Amino acid sequence: MDKDERSAYSYLRTTKKFPNIWCSGCGIGIVMGALIRAIDRMGLDKNKIALVSGIGCSGRMPVYMDFNTMHTTHGRALAFATGLKLAKPELKVVVIMGDGDALAIGGNHFIHAARRNIDLTAIVINNQIYGMTGGQYSPTTPLEMRATTAPYGHVEPPFPICELAIAAGATYVARSTVYHAVELDKFIEHAIQKVGFSLVEAVSYCHTTFGRLNKIGSAVEMMHQLKEMSISLSAAEKLTPEERSLKIIRGVLHNIDKPDYSSLYDKVIERAKASVTGKEYMRAGPGGLE
Amino acid sequence: MAVTLMQGNEAVGWGALAAGCRFYAGYPITPSSEIAEMLSRELPKYGGKFIQMEDEIASLAACIGASVGGVKSMTATSGPGFSLMQEHIGYAAMTEVPCVIVSVQRLGPSTGQPTSPSQGDVMQARWGTHGDHPIIVLYPNSVPKAFGLTVTAFNLAEKYRTPVILLMDEVIAHMRERFEMPPFESLTVIDRMGTNVPPEWYKPYGDTIGDVPPMPSFGSGYRYHITGLFHDVMGYPTQRLDEINPLVERMQRKINNHLEDILLFEEEETDDANTVIIAYGVTSRSARHAMRLARNHRHNIGLLTLYTIWPFPEEAVMRIGRSARRVIVPEMNLGQLALEVERAVGKHKVVRVNRADGEMISPQMILQAIEGR
Ligand SMILES: Cc1ncc(C[n+]2csc(CCOP(=O)(O)OP(=O)(O)O)c2C)c(N)n1
Ligand code: SF4
Repeated sequence: MDKDERSAYSYLRTTKKFPNIWCSGCGIGIVMGALIRAIDRMGLDKNKIALVSGIGCSGRMPVYMDFNTMHTTHGRALAFATGLKLAKPELKVVVIMGDGDALAIGGNHFIHAARRNIDLTAIVINNQIYGMTGGQYSPTTPLEMRATTAPYGHVEPPFPICELAIAAGATYVARSTVYHAVELDKFIEHAIQKVGFSLVEAVSYCHTTFGRLNKIGSAVEMMHQLKEMSISLSAAEKLTPEERSLKIIRGVLHNIDKPDYSSLYDKVIERAKASVTGKEYMRAGPGGLE
Repeated sequence: MAVTLMQGNEAVGWGALAAGCRFYAGYPITPSSEIAEMLSRELPKYGGKFIQMEDEIASLAACIGASVGGVKSMTATSGPGFSLMQEHIGYAAMTEVPCVIVSVQRLGPSTGQPTSPSQGDVMQARWGTHGDHPIIVLYPNSVPKAFGLTVTAFNLAEKYRTPVILLMDEVIAHMRERFEMPPFESLTVIDRMGTNVPPEWYKPYGDTIGDVPPMPSFGSGYRYHITGLFHDVMGYPTQRLDEINPLVERMQRKINNHLEDILLFEEEETDDANTVIIAYGVTSRSARHAMRLARNHRHNIGLLTLYTIWPFPEEAVMRIGRSARRVIVPEMNLGQLALEVERAVGKHKVVRVNRADGEMISPQMILQAIEGR
């Protein structure tokens, strides 16, 4: 066991019954490893980290890790995380979602969390399918692909997750794949450090449903495909728009600075307190109006 | 404190502040919006936070998230939004996260009649979310009660780690009434139980110290898991029957074993009454007026006003059923709580008085029932 692996173990819950629920070979575990390595590298206090997830195979991730963890409802993790972050601003809140979770049922919460620029780190594990419920199409399933609810081929275009987050107002947006685990570590680390709404799209695969239905093959073959299909941002710049559209572009796509929701709301609190009258002090009683 | 003319919705906002609520997330909807407007103005003065979310689903989610962060939280809505909140009422019940949900009812299903009063969401408040779950639903009948029961709603939520619903009539929400707000420090305010066991001993869903486990907030050094899945005492998902059953039972027990504390009602002139009116909300005020008029005509009428409608105050109603010949249940719906009354006292004793057209039930309608017309 090398040092990295040893330190990863110290973040796993010893009281939780392993093994995990994922199919062997699933990419979700790699994202979990990347998250742990990123947190370890920053040397953050476990008590000050909260992981909030939705429902799906991806949503099952937090329970295995020794942080403050919350498995919420399908699509709504960002809304729960918003309340938690506002109540406890000192927490680093990381939200883990699947593509269906974040963009179908949770699409509205996704754009509004980005628009508000609330200081959360969203990690979307994009396996382009509904894994947990058995391979129905998701908002990121590519055209023509097969799903259990698209037996003749899919006819809807996919959502570009990162572009959506940028347009909605996110401050940090990056994409990598589970093949590029080291890069994923780095992007997750940046995203957690960034103040404001940050998004890391971790492109993954689901060999159990998507791979089987589309005759792509095993987890190993799907990994190979990720490697072949992806290209770094700088290399992508040399391609024609047509060529680019066929690739998974990896890199930091967006990184800007602007005040986050909490810092602006702190000003609201200041203004409101300045308006307090003597009568109001009386009503609230001692310590009532801090 | 000076006597003021205060609106019911405003009183709910003050009640929340008095109870220590420091987080509100909501989505505007008539006839509840004044609560949001009032708290957007007042909460930041108390160092609290207000946020208008993208919908009611997100609103209750944010409240639950804030409560997990240790801050008392509330949302308010009306029928259409209450329908959207149902999934998270179940989540709060299952995860045992305290929060208060105010629903100011409007008439009818769907968009219905936004500004007309109705008591149509009585059953939804009990059974709107899926699965068996305990819930507490309080129901004020005046502006002062709207204030007082909001404080109680927070206290019960904290004490029993449960969502509490404050169901209100549009009439109470928008009516202005004489109210002398008590100084906040004179009120009993209950906070959830914390813990000081070493973190490695803490069991977030255990029953070592009773049916309500202590709840330290996220970030306080106790790292635990919360899930809407059935879970074991550590909060980890389980499919084991010997872990599911104890959870189901404990969740029921924590409410059912404390009914004395939770069930709030008021009996007036029931001792000699051969007819008792059982009512809640604004309808109880028509009922009281009807009782007075009937007593003037030497009818022995009593009144039972319910402030807790769920859990249903079965014992009290059964007691009335034993002493009275007849029970009248006026409701601004097609007969919802009457079903429970009938179950408790026998269908043959119950006379229902209903309307569901956006008009209040008048004392005269109840008098007619009393006189058997
Ligand atoms: C309100 C609601 N609707 C539907 C479901 C059923 N459901 C569970 S997971 C899921 C989709 C999972 O797909 P995704 O979010 O992409 O995550 P993955 O399993 O692929 O990681 C669905 C539809 C649910 N749990 N709740
Ligand atoms: S079904 Fe797919 S996404 Fe879910 S664990 Fe299996 S491989 Fe992973």
